[in-house]
Amino acid sequence: MSIILTTEGLPLEKSLKKVEQKNKFRAFLLVLPLLLFLIVAYVWPILNLLTRSVDNRLISDLLPQTAIALSNWEGNEMPSEDIYKTFYLDLNEAHKQKLSGKVSTRLNYAKNGFKSLINKTRRKLKNFEDENYKDQFIDLNKKWGDIEYWQAMKVAMPKYTIDKYLGSVDLEKNYSGEIIQKPEKRRIHRTLWYRTFYVALGVTICCLLLAYPIAHLLSTLPLRYSNLLLICVLLPFWTSLLVRTSSWMILLQQQGVLNDILVYFKIVGDKSRLELMYNMTGTFVAMTQILLPFMVLPLYSVMKTIPPSLMRAGSSLGGTPFHSFRKIYFPLTYPGIGAGSLLVFILAIGYYITPALVGGASGTLISNRIAYHMKETLDWSMASAMGTMLLVSVLVLYWLYNKILGIDNIKLG
Amino acid sequence: MPQSSNTFVRFEKIDKSYDGKELVVKNLNLDIAEGEFLTLLGPSGSGKTTTLMMLAGFENPTSGEIYLDKKPISSITPHKRGIGMVFQNYALFPHMTVYENLAFPLRVRKIQNDEIENKINKALDMVSLTNFENRMPNQLSGGQQQRVAVARALVFEPKLVLMDEPLGALDKNLRESMQYELKHIHETLGVTIVYVTHDQGEALTMSNRIAVFNDGHIQQLSSPNELYERPTNSFVARFIGENNIINGTIIESDSRQCKVKTNNGETIHANPVISNNIGDATSMSLRPERVLINPSEEIPNKFKAKIEEVIYHGDHTRLRVSLLDQSDFILKVPNASNTFSFENGSEVLLGWDSQDCRALDFIGN
Repeated sequence: MSIILTTEGLPLEKSLKKVEQKNKFRAFLLVLPLLLFLIVAYVWPILNLLTRSVDNRLISDLLPQTAIALSNWEGNEMPSEDIYKTFYLDLNEAHKQKLSGKVSTRLNYAKNGFKSLINKTRRKLKNFEDENYKDQFIDLNKKWGDIEYWQAMKVAMPKYTIDKYLGSVDLEKNYSGEIIQKPEKRRIHRTLWYRTFYVALGVTICCLLLAYPIAHLLSTLPLRYSNLLLICVLLPFWTSLLVRTSSWMILLQQQGVLNDILVYFKIVGDKSRLELMYNMTGTFVAMTQILLPFMVLPLYSVMKTIPPSLMRAGSSLGGTPFHSFRKIYFPLTYPGIGAGSLLVFILAIGYYITPALVGGASGTLISNRIAYHMKETLDWSMASAMGTMLLVSVLVLYWLYNKILGIDNIKLG
Repeated sequence: MPQSSNTFVRFEKIDKSYDGKELVVKNLNLDIAEGEFLTLLGPSGSGKTTTLMMLAGFENPTSGEIYLDKKPISSITPHKRGIGMVFQNYALFPHMTVYENLAFPLRVRKIQNDEIENKINKALDMVSLTNFENRMPNQLSGGQQQRVAVARALVFEPKLVLMDEPLGALDKNLRESMQYELKHIHETLGVTIVYVTHDQGEALTMSNRIAVFNDGHIQQLSSPNELYERPTNSFVARFIGENNIINGTIIESDSRQCKVKTNNGETIHANPVISNNIGDATSMSLRPERVLINPSEEIPNKFKAKIEEVIYHGDHTRLRVSLLDQSDFILKVPNASNTFSFENGSEVLLGWDSQDCRALDFIGN
């Protein structure tokens, strides 16, 4: 293949690249601020979250020798005197550096009761004699003779662990590394996951059913009416999320507007007012209303591009209105349905404020649990693991969508 | 009114208004014969598309009734009328292949699969698009999409096909070849076609009859040559083809001929089409190609004119001359071997036959 030259005698490809490089560099400079912002405010925190969910170095840094000693211990019979001694030295060292509080908090995640055990023990550490550590520990508190505490400590020791991920689906590792179900009364996460996906799916379907006719109307009305209607659809966007959720509380509570109306028309009795809030119903109703615009807009933008002559063509060819709708109009709105559903579903599985305010106990979702771990138990690793699982499920969804419909088909408005 | 035996479509006293204030179609009476190619021609807003849409069933007449094959159809929904339609922008279903587009009307009619295939092959063959079955509409050129649209409107063998400016989006050459193709399809199949256009060339080429619409009324309904040669009012004369308009007042009249005095005092012998009362104002229409240069002795109208502009058009030459105080008088000289040579500013003697100069209703300047 011969090289094509420009009039000036330079290779064509090279001079084209030179010209384009300048443009590319200029374009890059334009997006640079946003890129930096994204790295600092988005990519870095997410990576941080990912590492935090598996990072378990805290405890092995506090008790370094014990970590090594326990990893060599089989775990099916009581630990030897050496292990007790190593543990004493490590704990004493941590206590001197005023870090024993952290040890007790961290070990309490592994097994309840550790916190008080360590707190009681550390005050007596200075009285220990240099012999028979095992007996002294057990004399101090007979829990130190219980193998379960030592097994829990062994499980908690590795530097990197997937325990938090297991925990977020109600699994745990036992001392020999097998993955087992958590005891029945401590299984709470799986229900929450199911409920989250169930609510997200339900809200998506409700939004689709409600938004489809509205979007169709919007796309067929004359411009001045459709603009007005569009403003009505967008109005919720301009109102604070908190305000909207609180107004739902006013409407739905037992002494609220909706119940008052039902009682007034004697549809329900005054004694048997409906419980519309602090349960699943509240979460469902409020989330559907709040997420509705995210379904309407993609649908509208797709429907706007479907020429009305297609439906006319369908009926002139003999198709009944329903048949023409099913075979012509509906398939042409797939990109809008896909985009809207994906958007609503992704927003719904991570929804927080609304379920927190109107969900009550039976209407809370996984995000509320994440917030609980962030604020109440301060188990950030657990929160990170659950957040990561949410992120992964969104990515899986996105991948599935791309596989089935093709992401190029998506139309977000 | 007795219905003639081969009347296929009849519009009877149709009025149509969209806003309750203005009539878009006013008292429309129109009979369309079976197998006819009828064109509704008119400027935009003249009511021609509304008329077509009422026939298709997408609009309802405000009053009056439309009969299809002697049955009133106002209360029949479009999908039960069995009328084929070709839309302005083709309206092909973008998510279906050519085959599926054509199969749509057949599947709706519950026709067997092998017969569907037969019919589709025949229809595609008719529009010379064999082997295009599996293409998507967006993989076709404008002309090919047009053909698919025509094939789709014909594949279920309707007796009546409506076409709403179907060639409007094509370029000039393609439009002309499609005109001939449509004409041939019409002749081969013998279907009744109602065709809407604002392009007079299209109307003249293809139609059996043309209905010229303006302002909600049919101005004239006649065959193409009748329409061109003998327009019955000034609107039609001006809308179809090119025209010279001369205004004047009738000073003498009988049924075959009249004398018209122009504004600058000359007298013209004309053909009285509408007004033949003495004293009436009239606008006379004269086709540019009917003006003769150096006419023979028998011609009654002879005038001296000054050439203002010469425009060479290849097959003919256009002259703009000043005549009877009008500086925009046009005449066409065919490009024959004995062509005169024209120069700006030179004088020529022009003349025309009194029958070619049609005295119509007065429309002012």
